[in-house]
Amino acid sequence: MSERRVIPIGPYHPLQEEPEFFKLIVEGERVVDLEIEIGYNHRGIEKLAEAKHWDQVPFAVERICGICSTSHPFAYCLAVEDLLGITVPERAHYIRMIIDELQRLHSHLLWLGLAGHFIGYNTIWMWAWKAREPVLDLFELITGNRQHYAMMKIGGVRRDIKDENYPAIKKMVKELYPTLKMFAKAVNDDPIIQKRTKDVGILSKEQAISFGVLGPIARASGWDIDVRRDDSYALYDTVKWSVIVQKEGDIYAKILVRVLEMFESCSIIEQCLNKIPKGDIETEVRDIPAGEGIGRVEAPRGECFHYIRSDGTNRPIRHKIRAPSLMNVPSNLVTVPGYTISDAAITLAAVDPCYCCTERSAAFLKTGKKILTGEELVKLSQEKTEQLKKEYDKK
Amino acid sequence: MIKEEIKRRLEKNIKDWVVKNPKRIYFTIESKDLKETVKLFYQKMKLRLSTVTGIDNLTNFELIYHFSCDKTGELFNLRVFLSDRDKPEIDSLCDIFESSNWVEREIHEMLGIKFKGHPNLTHLLLDDTWPKNKYPLRKDYSNE
Amino acid sequence: MGLKEKILTKSLWVFHLSVGSCNNCDIEILDCLTPRFDIERLGMQLIGSVRHADVILVTGALNKKSTPILKNIYAQAPKPCFVVAIGTCPCSRHMFKDSYNTISALDEVMPVDLYIPGCPPKPEAIIAGLAKLIKKVTRK
Repeated sequence: MSERRVIPIGPYHPLQEEPEFFKLIVEGERVVDLEIEIGYNHRGIEKLAEAKHWDQVPFAVERICGICSTSHPFAYCLAVEDLLGITVPERAHYIRMIIDELQRLHSHLLWLGLAGHFIGYNTIWMWAWKAREPVLDLFELITGNRQHYAMMKIGGVRRDIKDENYPAIKKMVKELYPTLKMFAKAVNDDPIIQKRTKDVGILSKEQAISFGVLGPIARASGWDIDVRRDDSYALYDTVKWSVIVQKEGDIYAKILVRVLEMFESCSIIEQCLNKIPKGDIETEVRDIPAGEGIGRVEAPRGECFHYIRSDGTNRPIRHKIRAPSLMNVPSNLVTVPGYTISDAAITLAAVDPCYCCTERSAAFLKTGKKILTGEELVKLSQEKTEQLKKEYDKK
Repeated sequence: MIKEEIKRRLEKNIKDWVVKNPKRIYFTIESKDLKETVKLFYQKMKLRLSTVTGIDNLTNFELIYHFSCDKTGELFNLRVFLSDRDKPEIDSLCDIFESSNWVEREIHEMLGIKFKGHPNLTHLLLDDTWPKNKYPLRKDYSNE
Repeated sequence: MGLKEKILTKSLWVFHLSVGSCNNCDIEILDCLTPRFDIERLGMQLIGSVRHADVILVTGALNKKSTPILKNIYAQAPKPCFVVAIGTCPCSRHMFKDSYNTISALDEVMPVDLYIPGCPPKPEAIIAGLAKLIKKVTRK
């Protein structure tokens, strides 16, 4: 039996809200066990939200995550509207959907770029992030900020989309299609990407259900769930789109689900722009009575869950937030062990950490065990791709 | 349909059945019946545990298990009250599904509720040096 | 201008550290590296180890779990090493100043050379800030 070694990844590892510390326990090349430690990013927003006025909370929960920064306020507003039992003007629904889908585009493009980086395709990183910039420009145009849009408000939206901005959105979506097609083709055609990602980090459907994973990870494992369709909010039931499901559960399926979802998002945005009526953008809300409400939103990473309870005063007495990563990240415990170290970087990245192993240092030291840093891990992963490329060229 | 099935199967155990709107159903059960009910939900009815909310009600603790039915979009919210404020305890669900593992650890450190049978009830988010018997989400907590 | 400053400001190698952020500032830092902004044309490069770093970019509100590690990493950095607080969180703790898990602003823990406030600061602001840092070092 070969010697057991420990490879720390982290803790400076800002995966969504939680930078995490992964401890890979390896025997030779093979990962045999994984330990996860989180909490380096815990700021106690649930407690802070209890001290904020109902109208201030959307700004607070926006700061949970920078990438799905509209999903959290959206889910919160839905929860309060569920408590109140009010309906929102149609125009506000469409604006919310446009913002939500634009955010999904930017989030998936961001992930695609980082996934490319981890398997040594820095070209994909640069291309995907370049394609992401027009989306951020749109956000700046519509909301005034590249991130943290502050669009959601109890009863509607805070800001209207101006008539003169429609052509810009349409143009962006139209120009994004060819780029997305290029990515889809690159993923489909490149034998190296296929070799690196197929049959790696498999999460079976049973495991997916047991871990309760959400969003694209569940859908890549053949578990057909999507809050947008199942518990339809806003007006997702009036536009035509389909839920992308793949059966394999490996990294390739996860890439494919996200790439194909971007096409759906583009289509939803186009339909919204064609359907959006004129009119009010908010329903006025005066008091929040005692009661409780739940809001669920399909964030780019899965179901984002907010529960609020009111006692009739001007602030919530309990605000529970469950971000999708809390359910997704533990699934690494079964997807990483059993494969080689060079596959670990992409497998850990496949649950959609915003951002991976490039920049952190090994702060965890154990005597007698060899320590590799996260940087070396990415290098290993990139070397494997190089190796495969050479083999392929020889053929 | 699932609503009726739950009502029929758990007729004796359920209290305060409230249908707030067609997709949000709240009801209360005793803490001793929790495990059986959850097994029924997860294994027979294929519901998904969305999350667990822990609330400090000053006099008691309240846990709400949110179960999502992804076929119909209904959300079944199962309420459990823990009246013993000094020593709140409830059965862990970790042997039924994995998804409750981190959720329970979080509630344990935030509210100090003990989950019986949890394999690894340690700190999830807070530092290991966090003072014992101080739980940030309890209402009587203050920053020093 | 001494030799040290001359060498140091030729090409700043930056190390990025998130101590409890919402990722936005981190994304914007990475954004600086991608084709639109391309900070590498100024000789700046993001590196993976603090031991090679000239600049540490800190994002996020310092929390109880990450601060000891932050101090540890700062101790490992070769001196002189500049510390840049990116975003409102490390500058002033932002909305997290009442939280039970955050400790202090960054400058109460270590000397800070440059503050770039914003939630998040735009990539342009980050690049402008780093240009100011070079000016400060070379005293131009």
